[in-house]
Order: sequence, then structure tokens, then C-alpha cells
Amino acid sequence: MEILKQLRDEGRAEDMQALMDHIPYARFMDIRVDRKGNELTTLLPFKDMLIGNPVLPALHGGVIGTFLELTSVIQLLYNTQCERLPKTVDISIDYLRPGRPVETYGRAVVTRQGRRVANVRAEIWQDEINKPIAASHGHFLLTPV
Amino acid sequence: MSLNDPISIVPAFGEAIGMSVHGMEGARLTVKVPYAEHLVGDPDTGVIHGGVITAALDNASGWAIRVGEDWQEGMGMATLDLRIDYMKPATPQVDLLVTAECFKATKTIAFVRAVAYHESPDDPVATSIASFMKGTPNEPRS
Repeated sequence: MEILKQLRDEGRAEDMQALMDHIPYARFMDIRVDRKGNELTTLLPFKDMLIGNPVLPALHGGVIGTFLELTSVIQLLYNTQCERLPKTVDISIDYLRPGRPVETYGRAVVTRQGRRVANVRAEIWQDEINKPIAASHGHFLLTPV
Repeated sequence: MSLNDPISIVPAFGEAIGMSVHGMEGARLTVKVPYAEHLVGDPDTGVIHGGVITAALDNASGWAIRVGEDWQEGMGMATLDLRIDYMKPATPQVDLLVTAECFKATKTIAFVRAVAYHESPDDPVATSIASFMKGTPNEPRS
């Protein structure tokens, strides 16, 4: 991905928002990245279009899955020197609580990073960090520089 | 399909990604997501993002339960878990199809397999297995 090289050349390798904005689908969902020191938190502002169950109302399972996957990928890009976007091999999502129509936050931990594959766990929450609405673990293929 | 069918209403996010019901054959339900620029996950290749596939797999899987014989009007349902394996990148500019089938349902839990593909389910882009809780509350929390 050209943008990765470009950001490195410009000394903005840690501008995770620029990376996120480079992904059209992430831009469409309006996913933000907040960095405090070396700690990344993703943010998903609520919008009506994110609803999957209009009766409750609750966020769409696909929105929750996407947010977990992108939270994992952005953490992986932050931790590694990738040349391209990591490719998702598989992801397993646990839906823990209904996603209410409010802002959602996410964090991911790279549990193991091999030469070719990384294991990443992610959790997303709304008002309370210790009450996650969903969690995931996935395997991602890396392309090291 | 009539307006009273449980799957006639596409949720907001389904509409946002352009998803619609493509067909039904027995217990198998197929949805379609037309290729669109805003769904792209890698601008270098034009391949749609895995999250789009997640959304279509999740939605089609839920609907596959709703079209089942023992489904009752107004019943609530919640995804417990969803495991997705990505077999190959989706092809740019080509519509995505997802076919889902509920292969086992008890009173409380339903198990659903789904496959995302372009031409044939035998050549999958991704496959998933999901379990759903049936009869969860389906009214606004006070």
C-alpha cells in the first residue's frame, strides 16, 4: 500500500487516522483513531445507518464485526512495519451485549506476532470499558517490509 | 415475498451497503451486495472490505432462521458468535452473493452456515458458522 510508504517517508508513520482514512469502507463508517502515547483507541460515532435491529434499536452485527476487524488491523499496522494491509485469514466474533445507539470504542492486543501470521484480540465497549459489547480474535497474514 | 415476510425489511446498515434479498430455495436464502466504491477495503486493489462480507454473512444468517418453519412473528433473536474464514479476496467490480442455511434449530439456539461467493458457492470468498439465541427481548429498553 503506497500510503504506508508515503507516511513513513513523511515521518508520519504513526498517523493512524491517515491510514484509516485511506480505507474507503472505514471512511464510509467514519471510524476514528485516538492515540495517547503508544495506546490506540478506535472510535465509532453513532449514526442511524449503523442500525441492524430497528426495534431495540441495536447496532448491526456486521458493524460490530467490521469495527472489531479494523481495530485489530490498525493495532497490527501500528505494531509492525507492514508494506501492505494485513489480510484477514479468519476472525471469530463473540457478541456479548446489544450495541446501543451511542458511540462505541475499541482496543486490540497483538497476542502473538510471527513472521507471517499475527494473532490479534479485540474488544469494543460503549459506556463502560469493563462491559464490552463484543470481542474477537483473529489471524492476519502479514507482509513484512 | 409479501410485505409481511420477516425478511422484507432490510435494516439500515443493510441498505447502507446496498444489500437485498436475491432469492430463496428451500431453507437456503441468498442475499446480494452489489460492488460499490464505498465498500472497498484496499484502494490499491479495489477489493471490498472483509467487514462488508461480515455484514452480509451475519444478516443472511439471521434471515435464514427467520424464514424457518418454527419462526414466530415478533420473536427476538441475537447473534451469539460468528466465525468467518476468508478463502480468497473478493473480485473487484463483481457483485457478492451470500447463501445461508440454518441447519439446526432448537427452542433456544439456532446454528447457521453461510458462504460468500461470486459465481458458485463451490468457489467461496468466505464461509461462516454462526449461532444465534432465539427468543431474546425484542422491545425497546425502558
